[in-house]
Amino acid sequence: MDKLRLRFEKTGRAVYISHLDLMHTMQRAFSRAGYELKYSEGFNPHPQISIALPLSVGVASHCEIMDFRLKADADLKELPARLTAVMPEGIRVTDCCEQVSKVALLKYLEIEGSFEYDERSAAEMAAALTDFYAQDSIVITKKTKRGVGQSDIRPAIREIAFTPGEGEVKLHATISAQEPTLNPALLADALRQLKPEIAPDFEKFVRIENYLENMTVFR
Amino acid sequence: MDKRLERILPRVQKPARYTGGEYNQIIKDKTRVDLRLAFCFPDTYEIGMSNLGMSILYHTMNSLDFVWCERVFAPWGDMYDEMKKAGLPLYALESGDSLDKFDAIAFSIGYEMAYTTVLDMIDQAGLPLHAFERTELLPLVFAGGSACVNAEPMADFIDLFVVGEGEEMNNELLTLLRRAKLEGWSKRDFLKKAAQIGGVYVPSLYDIAYNDDGTVASITPKDGAPEKVLKRVIVDLDSAPYPTNPIVPSTEVVHDRVNLELFRGCVRGCRFCQAGYIYRPIRAKKYETLVRQGIETLKNTGHEDVTLLSLSTSDYRPLPQLCDGLLDYCESRSIGLSLPSLRADNFSMEIMEKLQKVRKSGLTFAVEGGSQRLRDAINKNVTENDLLHTCAIAFAGGWNSVKLYYMLGLPTETDEDIVGIADMAGRILHCWRENAKNKNRGVKITVSTSCFIPKPHSPFQWEGQITKEEYLRRVNLLRSSINSRNVVYNWHDADTSVVEAVLSRGDRRLGKVLEEVWRNGGRLDAWTDYFSFERWMDAMDKHGLSVSFYAERERDVNEVLPWDMIDVGVRKDHLKRERERCYTSTLSPDCRHQCSACGALRLMEGGKCDG
Repeated sequence: MDKLRLRFEKTGRAVYISHLDLMHTMQRAFSRAGYELKYSEGFNPHPQISIALPLSVGVASHCEIMDFRLKADADLKELPARLTAVMPEGIRVTDCCEQVSKVALLKYLEIEGSFEYDERSAAEMAAALTDFYAQDSIVITKKTKRGVGQSDIRPAIREIAFTPGEGEVKLHATISAQEPTLNPALLADALRQLKPEIAPDFEKFVRIENYLENMTVFR
Repeated sequence: MDKRLERILPRVQKPARYTGGEYNQIIKDKTRVDLRLAFCFPDTYEIGMSNLGMSILYHTMNSLDFVWCERVFAPWGDMYDEMKKAGLPLYALESGDSLDKFDAIAFSIGYEMAYTTVLDMIDQAGLPLHAFERTELLPLVFAGGSACVNAEPMADFIDLFVVGEGEEMNNELLTLLRRAKLEGWSKRDFLKKAAQIGGVYVPSLYDIAYNDDGTVASITPKDGAPEKVLKRVIVDLDSAPYPTNPIVPSTEVVHDRVNLELFRGCVRGCRFCQAGYIYRPIRAKKYETLVRQGIETLKNTGHEDVTLLSLSTSDYRPLPQLCDGLLDYCESRSIGLSLPSLRADNFSMEIMEKLQKVRKSGLTFAVEGGSQRLRDAINKNVTENDLLHTCAIAFAGGWNSVKLYYMLGLPTETDEDIVGIADMAGRILHCWRENAKNKNRGVKITVSTSCFIPKPHSPFQWEGQITKEEYLRRVNLLRSSINSRNVVYNWHDADTSVVEAVLSRGDRRLGKVLEEVWRNGGRLDAWTDYFSFERWMDAMDKHGLSVSFYAERERDVNEVLPWDMIDVGVRKDHLKRERERCYTSTLSPDCRHQCSACGALRLMEGGKCDG
């Protein structure tokens, strides 16, 4: 079976599994669940799986997408439960179906974040953060493969909102997933560079949903 | 997850090794167990999770329903610093609970260079370093593993040692500890009773007296402790517990594969090899058991590699049947089968061709000595003809890389033997030219040398180690003797070997040195990233102990050895006889040809040695 797509969650302790290790973990989980992945041809065959938009270590997600091929036909309805049963803690397969859209069409990511403030008032910070992100342009210094460069992250943010919580400010945003890709970590790094007085003591993020250009859910 | 930990993890390398949560980890309800055990491996996660012994004992100890055994590994330097900074104590992976919540802390110590890490982990657990400072019964700190055949340098820090194979012994010990906890025994009462369990060595129940020259004068057991602690063994490996559902790491570890243990012990009796003596008698698993366990484990883990473990794979009698049985399952599933520890003398064309069907790995031979005379002296039963013959088959079969391991500084070694290593590499190169199918791909012959370390319970336990300077002279002699571009020479630094030689045959007085090294920052000493020779030498000087006394000194055969209270089964007379035969370069037949009545059989009543 070709062109299959898995949707899974990566939360809890599993957020520390790196992208490469996750590929390996997936491969083994398929084998444990009794599914044979299709292998590539050639001198060094490898299973044909690919995870869209690799997740940074430490970031949780409720909407990971993995495309794969199976050697034999399988009941796609029972596949999520069978895979979840053999997963490490924190990985839960929620859906399996045939691919609808190409991964290249995945345009936006809905994310949530938590900016933790140990000493400062969450209400004040939330207000300041809202002001900061209301600017038309936020130019930060970014390390790229070609060296250090300047980059405006504001155009990659479609929507962003901050609400104060207990010792933290909750962030809710829709950001560009591809072309340009915005790593959520930059939302806090920008503060460290440009307005350190409102930069959080610690931050964490979770991916909520994937969208197409027209803001319908990516399938 | 602990808030402090959550903030640290994004900053350290490979954080997945510090989180637990892997598939097949064992989670129990902590309110429903009587004993919580922290099973510590004094090295990194990647090393510890590759250790079959650790995996077996994790399961056997957890098979007791009143015990929850969890894993603890030593953090790498970056994590260590972050933990110190955040005031985060060492914690167990399964529950994330700090070690002060545990009733027992157990260490698996496989090598001497892990000693300082053990001290560090005791400290990170928030416990006083010395056994005598921990006056309460709980937490009990105990240790096992092959380094414990001479545990004397660690005697001050560990409450008791378990000597030998732990599958049964550990559970007997934990059963006693549970009783002691529930009935409120004192630590001293518990230790006295524990010393009656076969294989348990309680160092505080032995008084050591020294002679003026620093050698041991006497070892006196007290409170009913046995004069000799007899190593424990498992009699029947087929019925012994083997976990077919081991933990599958979620991040890369050193040996990321299914391990199948073919047999324990070794029939060969190489005189330098401690493992060849301390794991006797020889006990093999049936190949049917191994095929069944192998397939089951592959299914349960999803691993794509399986490897056969033993001291000498070629000596496993039903090896062809085992390979057939496993390959039947593996080939169609692209699962690789690897056979380490093959001997050069009976490496068969047939087995090699079988393996080639799946994946091809490099060829590695432990030749050890550069001349036939020296190989006879150390009882390494490999002839150059065998080796050349094997290489010829391998080169014709398409292999183009050979690794050769040697030791420098073996007893009776001469300069001629060292030049002989270079000559042998040259002849293997010639053999490649004559036999290689495709010469365009070139050939790589790698020669590696390490410095010989005399080990307790081996026939060379009385021998001196050559000095560092002498080792380097021999290295340079070999370097200048190798003159082909196709032969690469790597030599191990002698610094670690010197320290290892001191510790492996050390006595209790070295406890002070270990503590000093640790206090000065020593941990993870098996890693060149952290090992500091000066730190060790300074600590030796400070406590008035010398390298020459422990490493370089030849012992008198009548000397009381610091580890004489440990009986691994093989009799001292046998070791003496083997040592004498070294000096006349006399081979001893392997156990299959003729039983040498080494004494190990008395470890298992009613058992049969598979020698």
